[in-house]
Amino acid sequence: MIRSKGGARSGIEVSFRERIPYYVMLAPFLLFFVLFIVIPMAASVVLSFFEFDMVSLPVFTGFSNFFRMLFDDAIFVRTLKNTLILAVITGPAGFLLSFVLAWFLNEFKPIVRTVLSFMFYCPALIGNAYYIWQVAFSSDSYGYINSWLLSIGLITEPVQWLKDADYVMPIIIAVQLWMSMGVSFLANISGLQNVDSEMYEAGAIDGIRNRWQELWYITLPSMQHMLLFSAVMQIASSFSISQLPITLAGYPSVGNRVDTIVSYLADAGTVRYEMGYASAISVLLFLIMIVVRIVVGKLINKIGK
Amino acid sequence: MSQSKSVLGKPGLLKRMHENRTGKTSQSKRYTRSKAGNTLYVTFLTAFGLFSILPLIYCIATSFKPLDELMIFPPSFFVKRPTFQNYLALPGLLSNLRVPLSRYIFNSFFVSAVTTFLYVFVSALAAFVLTKSPLKSRRGIFTVVQYALLFNTYTLAIPQYLIFSYMGIIDTYWAYILPHIATTMGVFLMKQYIEGSVPDAIMEAAKIDGANPYRIFAQIVVPMVKPCIMTLTLFGFRDVWSALPNGTIFDESLKTLPAVMTQINAGGIARSGSAMAVTVIMMIPPIIVYMVSQSNVIESMNSAGIK
Repeated sequence: MIRSKGGARSGIEVSFRERIPYYVMLAPFLLFFVLFIVIPMAASVVLSFFEFDMVSLPVFTGFSNFFRMLFDDAIFVRTLKNTLILAVITGPAGFLLSFVLAWFLNEFKPIVRTVLSFMFYCPALIGNAYYIWQVAFSSDSYGYINSWLLSIGLITEPVQWLKDADYVMPIIIAVQLWMSMGVSFLANISGLQNVDSEMYEAGAIDGIRNRWQELWYITLPSMQHMLLFSAVMQIASSFSISQLPITLAGYPSVGNRVDTIVSYLADAGTVRYEMGYASAISVLLFLIMIVVRIVVGKLINKIGK
Repeated sequence: MSQSKSVLGKPGLLKRMHENRTGKTSQSKRYTRSKAGNTLYVTFLTAFGLFSILPLIYCIATSFKPLDELMIFPPSFFVKRPTFQNYLALPGLLSNLRVPLSRYIFNSFFVSAVTTFLYVFVSALAAFVLTKSPLKSRRGIFTVVQYALLFNTYTLAIPQYLIFSYMGIIDTYWAYILPHIATTMGVFLMKQYIEGSVPDAIMEAAKIDGANPYRIFAQIVVPMVKPCIMTLTLFGFRDVWSALPNGTIFDESLKTLPAVMTQINAGGIARSGSAMAVTVIMMIPPIIVYMVSQSNVIESMNSAGIK
């Protein structure tokens, strides 16, 4: 490539030699990203058009996997609905909670801040902390909640919390929110320090009158990048909920109330050996998440305007 | 009830803001909460904190429960007659392992340290290039990285396994390390952080001074993104430390501490106290990493106010 000549073009056109260091720095990540993520993703997309039982060779079936899940699979439609309910509630609520708590902590002394953030982050720091709720909601009188309610006389016999179609969804939502102070929360904490203190001073002079205006006009716009990150992480986690309901409510859960798309596709792949169908489901889920990601990106761009 | 009562952090900043407002604009009152609001706020934070710390307390309390107390009715959350017997039973349980415990401990620390270091380093390098380089393809690559994060990992497992075995990394330490390097979350977080904290003007100035991209990265970008490096170190360590490789490690002498936990958990209810004791011991390193990394983040938060 020819070296850029004019002053006007320098900074835009860069010679190949000048670009080499950047390629070198990007290479290690790109290599393993393509190898371990992009190629398997492509394989999964291709497989979604096949019927594949992991024993015999894949058979091309066109869009039939997609037609099957949308028009001929009542359980899939049910899991899609459950997933959307969980995502619509826990996604935005988890996003707000992890920002609001990080913002609250920001005004405490460092030591108080470290202790409180440790407490909030605890469920995420201790892997699989949700199993404590399995003990708590245990259906016999040994469960903490049953034994407590029995002892104060509110109930006369143990409630089957996790086997009751009315209770199971609210319980899963509550536990998911309880666990949501994870990656986004700490990312917000580190992002809040990017807000330049001079901006606050300038804001005070420019007529910002209260902490809500300060939040909307200074803090949030300064954190836009971090907010996008935590929104995308919330989308990724809230649409992929599966381990939690499987552990707490089992699979299939009572009346399929909390079976999610990811639990269902894992079942299709692991138990029924329908890898093609499982791939098609994950492709559809991926498309839904992309649409949500685009909408959320547009909303975040509106912050502070 | 104003900023002068220093429940509020960032002393330098708030003091200055306070002076600004009282001196120049006399609006200090409006920035603060009412007394009732403040009480509500502190109560909410404390309640949420206590609620969040429940599993930790539960694990610690259970690890000190004697066997009979693990099975009494009604179940008790706290321990009544604490005992060390669950911990004292561990050496006996652990002496039956197929390879010496020291081997698992070495593997765990070795794999966690190497993986975390490479993960943070490789993510930071890639994020720097994707944010600040003149490469035209950087936007396109970043879009792919960001969307790849949304793809469910379940259906990736089989193709990944085939690739691992084709590369010959099954049953080597690489099976722990390499998949983590490809984790897109680190690049995404680091990229967003650089966007928010490293101005293009600094890059231009460094270029004019003749610094090459490697030096710009090491001497300008890395110090500026230290809080993010600390946070990413925590995420990386936490994930690797508790990872139980799924069908990629068969050689017992290459396994890590989570494999020991699985063996003890297999002992059933009689060992549930000891299983909890191991869980508590396993939590210590991530907690230490948490404390070190987050106190660094918060420290740099304060110095950012002074600059």
